[in-house]
Amino acid sequence: MAAPETSPTPSSLRNAFGHVFSFFILILIGVLAFSIRLFSVIKYESVIHEFDPYFNYRVTQFLTKNGIYDFWNWFDDRTWYPLGRVIGGTVYPGLTLTAGTLWWLLNSLNIPLSVETVCVFTAPIFSAFASWATYLLTKEVKGAGAGLTAAALLAMVPSYISRSVAGSYDNEAVAIFALIFTFYLYIKTLNTGSLFYATLNSIAYFYMVCSWGGYTFIINLIPMHVLLCIVTGRYSSRLYIAYAPLVVLGTLLAALVPVVGFNAVMTSEHFASFLVFIIIHVVALVYYIKGILSPRMFKVAVMLVLSVGLVICCTVVAVLIALVASSPTKGWSGRSLSLLDPTYASKYIPIIASVSEHQPPTWPSYFMDLNILAFLVPAGIVACFLPLSDASSFVILYIVTSVYFSGVMVRLMLVLAPAACIMSGIALSGAFDVLTRSLKFQLPGTSEIFASDAVDTGSESVILNKDGAKEDKSEDSVKERPSKKSKKKEKEKEKEKEKEKEKEKENAGTLSSRSHAGTSSRRPLVLPVEASVIAIFLLVLLVAFYVVHCVWAAAEAYSAPSIVLTSQSPDGLHVFDDFREAYAWLSHNTDVDDKVASWWDYGYQTTAMANRTVIVDNNTWNNTHIATVGTAMSSPEKAAWEIFNSLDVKYVLVVFGGLVGYPSDDINKFLWMVRIGGGVFPHIKEPDYLRDGQYRIDSQATPTMLNCLMYKLSYYRFVETDGKGFDRVRRTEIGKKYFKLTHFEEVFTTHHWMVRIYKLKSPRNRIRGKTKKSKSKSSSTISSKSSRTRKKNPWN
Amino acid sequence: MSLVFRILVLLGIAIPFLAILCHSFSLENPTDRRVLVLVDDLAIKSSHSLYFKSLENRGFQLDFKLAGDPKIALHRYGQYLYDALILFSPSIERFGGSINTAAIMDFVDAGHDLILVADESASDLIREVATECGVDFDEDPGAVVIDHINYAVSTTDGDHSLIAADDFIKSSIILGSNTVEVLKVLSASPSAYSANPKSKLSNPPAIYGSAISLVSVVQARNNARILISGSLKMFSNQFFRYGVEKAGSPTKHDKSGNEQFLTEISKWVFHERGHLKAVNVRHHRVGEVDEPSMYRINDDLEYSVEIFEWTGANWEPYVADDVQVQFYMMSPYVLKNLSTDLKGVYHTSFKVPDVYGVFQFKIEYQRLGYSSLSLSKQIPVRPFRHNEYERFITAAFPYYGASFSMMAGFLLFTIFYLYNK
Repeated sequence: MAAPETSPTPSSLRNAFGHVFSFFILILIGVLAFSIRLFSVIKYESVIHEFDPYFNYRVTQFLTKNGIYDFWNWFDDRTWYPLGRVIGGTVYPGLTLTAGTLWWLLNSLNIPLSVETVCVFTAPIFSAFASWATYLLTKEVKGAGAGLTAAALLAMVPSYISRSVAGSYDNEAVAIFALIFTFYLYIKTLNTGSLFYATLNSIAYFYMVCSWGGYTFIINLIPMHVLLCIVTGRYSSRLYIAYAPLVVLGTLLAALVPVVGFNAVMTSEHFASFLVFIIIHVVALVYYIKGILSPRMFKVAVMLVLSVGLVICCTVVAVLIALVASSPTKGWSGRSLSLLDPTYASKYIPIIASVSEHQPPTWPSYFMDLNILAFLVPAGIVACFLPLSDASSFVILYIVTSVYFSGVMVRLMLVLAPAACIMSGIALSGAFDVLTRSLKFQLPGTSEIFASDAVDTGSESVILNKDGAKEDKSEDSVKERPSKKSKKKEKEKEKEKEKEKEKEKENAGTLSSRSHAGTSSRRPLVLPVEASVIAIFLLVLLVAFYVVHCVWAAAEAYSAPSIVLTSQSPDGLHVFDDFREAYAWLSHNTDVDDKVASWWDYGYQTTAMANRTVIVDNNTWNNTHIATVGTAMSSPEKAAWEIFNSLDVKYVLVVFGGLVGYPSDDINKFLWMVRIGGGVFPHIKEPDYLRDGQYRIDSQATPTMLNCLMYKLSYYRFVETDGKGFDRVRRTEIGKKYFKLTHFEEVFTTHHWMVRIYKLKSPRNRIRGKTKKSKSKSSSTISSKSSRTRKKNPWN
Repeated sequence: MSLVFRILVLLGIAIPFLAILCHSFSLENPTDRRVLVLVDDLAIKSSHSLYFKSLENRGFQLDFKLAGDPKIALHRYGQYLYDALILFSPSIERFGGSINTAAIMDFVDAGHDLILVADESASDLIREVATECGVDFDEDPGAVVIDHINYAVSTTDGDHSLIAADDFIKSSIILGSNTVEVLKVLSASPSAYSANPKSKLSNPPAIYGSAISLVSVVQARNNARILISGSLKMFSNQFFRYGVEKAGSPTKHDKSGNEQFLTEISKWVFHERGHLKAVNVRHHRVGEVDEPSMYRINDDLEYSVEIFEWTGANWEPYVADDVQVQFYMMSPYVLKNLSTDLKGVYHTSFKVPDVYGVFQFKIEYQRLGYSSLSLSKQIPVRPFRHNEYERFITAAFPYYGASFSMMAGFLLFTIFYLYNK
């Protein structure tokens, strides 16, 4: 990129410096992104976290052991008993293949790492990639300075950290990188009009499709942007090149992923892209005809084409509507529908609503997850309008849509985070830009530099043209509207970057003195020195707070693996390792083919850690099956026994937090079991479990509640712990303290009672007679049968 | 034949039978050998010697103990000392040693057999054991079964409690049952009732007619067999030799059927008869020999199992035409009769249904008098692999044609466009 003929000039030297400098900054950002996510390993241990990652880990193990073809065709008979699950066809393979490749690569380099280690560190590695991709994307939008700022912000944004700490081996870990990178390639194609980048874009999109169901966000956002460009009269051949190959190649590639398959052309999520595909062709045709016809002829042609095009469009739309209307959910999957109508899930699909990460976020979570970015985003949006380019309009669209989606589902904060970082990066770098420029103009000793600046300006613009050679060339060649790329201000950005990092504001003036050139073509906005200094100081303070908050969030809030819990109490640190204790018990004390029933949250962990067959797991593809387990948990003991026995269940596992105060236990999830069970089996009714609409487990609880299996399995023998049966989660004494289990027997309870495992009693070997066993003097009692008959004695 | 009885009432309830593989008798030799006989007093040994002799002649080692003997024990060091238990001690209030109701029930639940005999002085303990086995006695301890029509003519018996009964269960395998349900082997006639002959009958008898069971047998879910009789005298030498004249019947038998009846039924109770075993469950794809770990949908498979019947001395092939195998996943997808080659091998072949999942080969064979066979073997069925689908589908030829012509057309168009200037 460096311009060879200008190399002797000081500005080109500065430019080269700038490249090297930003390269090192990027490396440091990568290191920061990686290392800030290691708190979980340092504070806990190198383990896989939570629920879904265990499944991904298990799949990765299978992949590394059996190869890709067996993985592709894997029919897993250890989950969803007795239905089984076709893993190869129902899983997004991107993450698994990535980690598997990583492992294979390391092994072939004779670096013998375990699969688990690779899995644990996949997310941090990819968050470094993601911050680099953010740099690239933002650089395309607003220049390298904004790019570096955005990359640094993304490297430690808490929202992203929450899903990508070491051990959080989930699809999102690689998907966010894929998302940003796809956007970058789209913008790059849009700016350059290069078919090469368009092809790369399709491949990046393919990787995204492989990785995460969130790819539908891309395939809807990009058409929206294309439509926006067309509507605002920004159509260009670059837009066509950026979009058309993506739809064709991207759809073909997406259809190759087994889990997507024909969905890529058959579900409504993808229809927007096809519609825009048609529109862009019509528009392209119009522009083409406009180019070859005289203006008068063109008017005639417009009439013709419009009428014909309208007819075609109407037909296509009619066909689409007919197709969509013929499917019951109007072709939209439940998750997507709940995106558009936030109340949809809670109304119709309890299984989606029951997942906490599918709930709408609360306001504090925006400040927790985005912190100062939430304030900086509006400024970034304003900056994007000055001036508005294709790229910046895309970023605006991105932030607007992702803000909406994050408001629907807390999980999609993750999609918002990169957009917020980009916007804040633009805003921050813009602010620093103005402020440092003000300083530079007004500080004494810089006046003589002005002269050279004037000279610099010329050479700088030459360099700029070299820098943005491709963009500018293509823009010029297509005679586009003069929305030039925003000025490059790399050196200022480097400067600010450095300041952020090292907080050396003192030499700001001298360093920045050589860096205002790019903007000098316009009359620069200059602020008073004092105001600038104070503003810079405040901004640095703000960013410092952000860093402090991010490190705190990474260290305290988001690093808990949830498989091991800790609590800090006056007498020291308590570690609750009950989950692994229970799973280890299962794997050592039960038969390999035994079936373990639990609520679906623990399905993945049971298969991965205990290696036992489960009835339902976190891949909630079969609502009926989950409802069956929910019904069993909400039924009285005997009915539950029959349900479980019909599923060949040997052991039932419940999670109980009442002793140590672990709030996300089964009793707190129980109402969802009732709802989901009742959704399929109407004899389970939610009001039966509520006293006056209140969910309670104390003596005021309903008899149905006190007799259901979940209550009994959770609180069996609980009163023996403290003599009162005080539940620390619900903060109340339990309603029914002394009872016996007739159809289940307790086989294992972990140290803190967090996991309790029960065994189904085998059916009675023989049946008892009717006579009361406790009868001590048989002569003194008369059977109820004979006393009943006495009343209608015909002989009396 | 004539049998004197106390009350035996059947109040068994059939509960759903969903046994998992429980085949506690797949030993090579299921017949009991060591039998513990608990008696009230050792005189019974001589007064019932005919019965005991018939057992000993069939090779049983009888160990006579007084029921109150403090040294008796059913098991030692976790091993059961006996294969079967005969309780000829109706009046015992408390067993000696470590034996109590729970111990006896554990003995039965471990798959061992039990003969329980009560009489008019049956103690609460004996009644409790019977209740545990699903048989209730009339709660009035003095009650006896009285039948004023089908009584046996006797000089001593004034209250018609000496009953001549011939209402046997109709099973060639003996007077036996198969499920956990208690079966009446010998029921009383419709005119019988249960009452205390010494008290005035002010209320109608609570239990009457053929609801009264004189001898009951139980086969527990684990194939342990239990015989409960209401009369100890029935086993005595006296009744074995007793000549029967049924009241109102012109025929007079010189000898009662008690001996034959009790010998036959004890053969059943002690697993000398009616005991099945299933071995060598095999399944494989048609044309292959090895058992696969997983089937594919629409595979053709062959299934075979060998079923033998214990004759008391050796295993003979079991012959029946009603053995069925299920290919089961929550409900049977395939239910087929197995054909036998008369040498014990049952065999069938069928097509795996077009549904994937974890299936089971299930045999649930429960026939009256036979021990129950309950086999299940888990086998997953997978969908097609990616390369097992049809490569070229005839119906799709238009699409192939369309895509190839499109490619060719695009190539020609490009050449034309680029080089035709």
